[in-house]
Amino acid sequence: MSSTLTDLSMLELAAKLATREVSSVEATRASLQRITQVDPKVRAFLRVDEAGALKAAEASDARRQSGSPASALDGVPVGLKDIFLTQGVETTCGSRILEGFVPPYDATVVRLLKEAGLPLLGKLNMDEFAMGSSNESSAYFPTHNPWDLTRTPGGSSGGSAAAVAAREVFGALGTDTGGSIRQPAAFTNTVGLKPTYGRVSRYGVIAFASSLDQPGPMARTVADTAALLQLIARHDPLDSTSADVATPDCLTGLEDGVRGLKLGVPREYFTAGMDPEVEGTLRASLDEFERMGATLVDVSLPHTKYALATYYLLASSEASSNLARYDGIRYGQRAKDARGLKELYTQTRGQGFGAEVKRRIMLGTYALSAGYYDAYYLRAQKVRTLIREDFTRAFQQVDALVSPTSPVPAFKLGDKVDDPLSMYLMDVYTLPCNLAGLPGLSVPCGFTQAGLPVGLQILGRPFDEARLLRIARAFEREHDFFRRAVPV
Amino acid sequence: MPLSDFQTVIGLEVHAQLLTQSKIFCGCSTAFGAEPNHHTCPVCLGMPGVLPVLNQRVVEYAVRTGLALGCTVKPTSVWSRKNYFYPDLPKGYQITQYDQPICEWGELVIDTPSGEKTVRVRRIHLEEDAGKSVHDASASGGQSLVDLNRAGVPLMEIVSEPDLRDADEAVEYLKVLRDVLVYLGVNDGNLEEGSFRCDANVSVMPKGSTTYGQRCELKNLNSFRFLKQAIEYEAARQVDVLESGGKVDQETRLWDVNKGITRSMRSKEDAHDYRYFPEPDLQPLIVSDALRDAQAKSLPELPRAKRTRFMGQYGLPAYDARILTAERPLADFFEACAAHVSDAKKLSNWFLGELSRLLKEEGTPLSALRFTPAQLGELLATVEKGTVSANAAKDVLGEMFRTGRAPADIIAEKGLAQVSDVGAVEAVVDDILAKNAGEVEKYKAGKKSVYGFFVGQVMKAMKGKGNPGLVNELLKKKLGD
Ligand SMILES: [Zn+2]
Repeated sequence: MSSTLTDLSMLELAAKLATREVSSVEATRASLQRITQVDPKVRAFLRVDEAGALKAAEASDARRQSGSPASALDGVPVGLKDIFLTQGVETTCGSRILEGFVPPYDATVVRLLKEAGLPLLGKLNMDEFAMGSSNESSAYFPTHNPWDLTRTPGGSSGGSAAAVAAREVFGALGTDTGGSIRQPAAFTNTVGLKPTYGRVSRYGVIAFASSLDQPGPMARTVADTAALLQLIARHDPLDSTSADVATPDCLTGLEDGVRGLKLGVPREYFTAGMDPEVEGTLRASLDEFERMGATLVDVSLPHTKYALATYYLLASSEASSNLARYDGIRYGQRAKDARGLKELYTQTRGQGFGAEVKRRIMLGTYALSAGYYDAYYLRAQKVRTLIREDFTRAFQQVDALVSPTSPVPAFKLGDKVDDPLSMYLMDVYTLPCNLAGLPGLSVPCGFTQAGLPVGLQILGRPFDEARLLRIARAFEREHDFFRRAVPV
Repeated sequence: MPLSDFQTVIGLEVHAQLLTQSKIFCGCSTAFGAEPNHHTCPVCLGMPGVLPVLNQRVVEYAVRTGLALGCTVKPTSVWSRKNYFYPDLPKGYQITQYDQPICEWGELVIDTPSGEKTVRVRRIHLEEDAGKSVHDASASGGQSLVDLNRAGVPLMEIVSEPDLRDADEAVEYLKVLRDVLVYLGVNDGNLEEGSFRCDANVSVMPKGSTTYGQRCELKNLNSFRFLKQAIEYEAARQVDVLESGGKVDQETRLWDVNKGITRSMRSKEDAHDYRYFPEPDLQPLIVSDALRDAQAKSLPELPRAKRTRFMGQYGLPAYDARILTAERPLADFFEACAAHVSDAKKLSNWFLGELSRLLKEEGTPLSALRFTPAQLGELLATVEKGTVSANAAKDVLGEMFRTGRAPADIIAEKGLAQVSDVGAVEAVVDDILAKNAGEVEKYKAGKKSVYGFFVGQVMKAMKGKGNPGLVNELLKKKLGD
């Protein structure tokens, strides 16, 4: 019973919880059992909060009993990327420097999930401070792709994606700074949505690059993704960049299809470096959209070629500042034998941060330095404006853009660890969307010969998440990717 | 060239803590003197994941100040991060305003021995304060502790152009600015608690030169006296350096209170590269027309305007007007009293004399005064009419000050009323003249200096209550003058 229970989508489980065919405690126990079973292989979890999850499940069942569920997903257990602060539960952001840090408060989105009654199963692995595209930058261990344990699940929300794909959790939250939700979703046959910047509160989400970071839902189906988004998309007075807009209704109209929609195909997104199998799958998907009644339009985003450099300058600049607070003075790890203040700083940070984090701090510090600011940071900001304008122009012609999520399917663990530049190239299709603050979604669109998932990316106008989900759902309805059994 | 051949050039950067109840980016209290780290929360502690939310009152206060100083209030200004490592700086950066501050280009008029002088205010910007490190050498091996109660307290930095030419001008500027801020209700003017503090940029150049010399920054001058001493010392030091063929280095210096010297804190070589960039966690700061207009409408009359008006309306000398208008509650109280008296100059004498003495001695704030303006007016009228002597009136005021009782009651109870009854005074005058026939002879023979003796004797006999006018009148009449 429990193995099939964990195969349900969030909304399927919610329906069974509503009719009391299944209790939240049963579902939570099933998830915990599944974690015990597969996580030694997948290694998605940094910490499992069994007691906390079961307590929340009991409370949920009591609410069902009294006929007053807190939300449509009350009682559906989910997991959290370890970037979200959880009161009383250790939060490390995948870093040694925060080892032992137990936050005194909940992130806004964590509070919202708790209020909606979702049991939280624990904290999921990630690249340290969300810097990385393979989960190999985690200070603890790499997570494995459930579709092929020798491969990466992507990053930095790779733990979340792997846990969702491996049926360890019904859904999860991730964060996306340059593609960190969408790329792992594409690698693991799951759906991941990066909402419009400002749609979901960043309060209590450990900052990587403040102007790019955005939390978002990760799930196995488009409808689950929509349902999860509706719980967390709120204006938050604690986040000054949070948009004061109404929570979108993404479930109504989800089945309306793509007939009459104009879908832009950015020619710069179909480049030489793309894996032929990925390209083939994508071309087939585009044909399918046409068959379903959408019109494909060739569009150009001419500044795309500068996006990667722009992204790494801006993200690293902001990160170098955001990570300054990890100095060993107030929380987390502190160097043991430091003598004097300067030694305390350099040893704490030297021991606490991993190579990728150090690389970006150095890059960002350099880019912001007096004498280089104009040449790097300021110029990157100007290019960012041009990239944003590319999208604005494109959306005058089309309703959404479709492209590959990643140029390649999940690669082997260890393959790119020593080559940061080729790792950065994993994000070429995803990060322009973060620079422009737009919503973006990755939906499964097929498998390679070797059985590796391929993702299709859909980008939209600001706050147009409902339409992206509708387009993704039209595609999903034609396939059974979600039902395909994961080998692990 | 001797010191007198050089011109000192000074610009001041004043940090004023804004009088808000809560901090600039969180809801914590700004109250002074709490237990260490008592007024803190995840936001001002710089915990992971926290974000700043701007306190709107801070914006109102900055706009208010900008308007009062005649600045351009920018409709849009920008928050920046100033990055540096220090244990009392929780986030590793300070949120401040950098190249686009909220107010620019105003001015402040000060008085100098050679007349009025206009000092240009280059900019006003907002920022958060840092915490405080406490170094405890007595603990085993020495300890450094951090108190973050002040972290996130809102500060306003007001930067002048280098328009000041000597230490006295600098002190005057600082005093006038402090009075204005206190008047506006945006700062408490308290130098001791650090809620009003000042850095001075000091350079010297040969007189007649138009090129400024290399400047040094003097940090954290927390009294008017230290400001004056530090500038004078520093100017002389720089002249010495130049005189001996040296070069003034651009550096930050501290005033050593005990030694009475400035000493180097850090040089330009190890100056920070603060790596400023726009704060991505905050939107640009927008000042709406409505906010600006509301502040403009509620601006109080400022000290200088009030001083001019006091001179015109009440006929007061400049000296009196300046003292009376230096603090708003005093000026307000003066005006309330003035409504009840006919001679404002006499009222001013009471304010500058007896009342200020009482306030100082008793340590009572004006807000806690027990008597009313009408009662003070009544007391002055009683003196005018001769009902009590000026001396007795001081006692009455003292009693009013302590108890708030009506002057008439105090006069009656203490029997302080002057004797103005002609018959009663005449009887005493006659008696004194009769008892001192010898002195009367001398007076009549031309020794007019004896007159004072007669007055003294009469007053003594009447225990000081004789109406002085009447005593004089009767004495002169009896002595045949
Ligand atoms: Zn606080």
